[in-house]
Amino acid sequence: MSTLNYVESPLQPESAILRHVIPAGDGWLHRIERGQTFRILDLEGNQAADTLFYNADDLSERYSAQDTIREQGAIYLTTGTVLMSNLRRPMVTITADTCGRHDTLGGACAAESNMVRYALDKRFMHACRDTFLLQIAKSGLPLGKRDLAHNINFFMNVPVTPEGGLKFDDGVSEPGKYVEMRAEMNVWVLISNCPQLNNPCNAYNPTPIEVMVWDTTA
Amino acid sequence: MSTLFEEIIPGGAMWSMVIPRHRLVRLTALGAHANVSALAFNARQPLDRLNIPDTLKALHTAKLTRGHILMTDMGHALASIVDDTLGWHDPLAGHITREQVEEKFGTHTYQEYRNDWYRNARDNFLVELGKHGLGIRDVVANVNFFSKVVVDDEGRMHFVPDHSPAGAAITLRTEMDILLVLSNTPHPLTPPGEYPRVDVRITIEPAEPPADDDFCRNFRPECARTLALTERLYI
Repeated sequence: MSTLNYVESPLQPESAILRHVIPAGDGWLHRIERGQTFRILDLEGNQAADTLFYNADDLSERYSAQDTIREQGAIYLTTGTVLMSNLRRPMVTITADTCGRHDTLGGACAAESNMVRYALDKRFMHACRDTFLLQIAKSGLPLGKRDLAHNINFFMNVPVTPEGGLKFDDGVSEPGKYVEMRAEMNVWVLISNCPQLNNPCNAYNPTPIEVMVWDTTA
Repeated sequence: MSTLFEEIIPGGAMWSMVIPRHRLVRLTALGAHANVSALAFNARQPLDRLNIPDTLKALHTAKLTRGHILMTDMGHALASIVDDTLGWHDPLAGHITREQVEEKFGTHTYQEYRNDWYRNARDNFLVELGKHGLGIRDVVANVNFFSKVVVDDEGRMHFVPDHSPAGAAITLRTEMDILLVLSNTPHPLTPPGEYPRVDVRITIEPAEPPADDDFCRNFRPECARTLALTERLYI
């Protein structure tokens, strides 16, 4: 296990302009203005928050996992990480992180990938991709499945070994851990609070997360 | 085995083709330090497309080699890796853009250098995807054949510079009708210096469908299940 870097935020929940609890299995699509700060709080611990970002002024510009990890030269996200777009531009900067590590490689669960990973009869279980699709379908934004690319899993721990193996380790998050970020452009943030019951990404018990937005940066 | 198609993809060039299922597609590097950035789609329904996270998590791998199956986000098998002389192809680092080519190798414009200009994977993808009615929204996470990027215990990524010798080859077996889009352009973590320009030969041959004892089908239980789901496309 590599070093984890914990950075706390001076921002207080009382001064947030928006607070919203996302129940397990539910989603949230919200516009964050450039300069605003946004926090995801793991209320009960070990809960994966599957997250995508879109440039609010040009929806074809979106979070790119490959550009983000290559440009920072490392696969995990933590304080100081700049989340890059597919045009290699900064979208969001992580300004505080009390969890210390977030996954960029595992992607979202889907009914179809659950069938591959676990069993063909897992088709009818709720999954993150369904939440993403419903959120964008209801939003009125011109977004569709075509725009659902490789997402972030906040609070998840997916180490890569030097031999090229991919491991799904126990989470490094706990109740009250959070990650906070500053928008570098106007963005839509799309979150699925992961309903996965087939693996330990949610400790087999999906729980709520809370999101908060502040109008001033840290 | 009878060759159905063969072509040399020059260094810097792009390539695409709709390839029916159950064909062997072999890429052979004709020089050292090759890199081929690749995207793949279900040719009948391009929304069903290569998904790196789904592929990696199903296979518990952060590299690609023999036995692995490239999967879509709909649980389908695009192509199985049936042969590989290298043992490692990169699914992590993405593809190079015009700006990165200029930063690393300088500017060689078409005006000055004609078809020896420095091309890049992003523009190559956009052009080749455009021929099939696709565009920037379809540029998802890609594979880099012939390249190796290792991740250390701290999570840092390291490009391995002398990974691919001349003659290195990887063979895919298509498991559905696929649109394969290739850009024979430098890996985005290639060190600055001379623009690597390595010709790559592509050869397509007939293949038998994967048998019950097929190496890829039996590589992991997930492989058998993605092949079973893919069969449903052809009922």
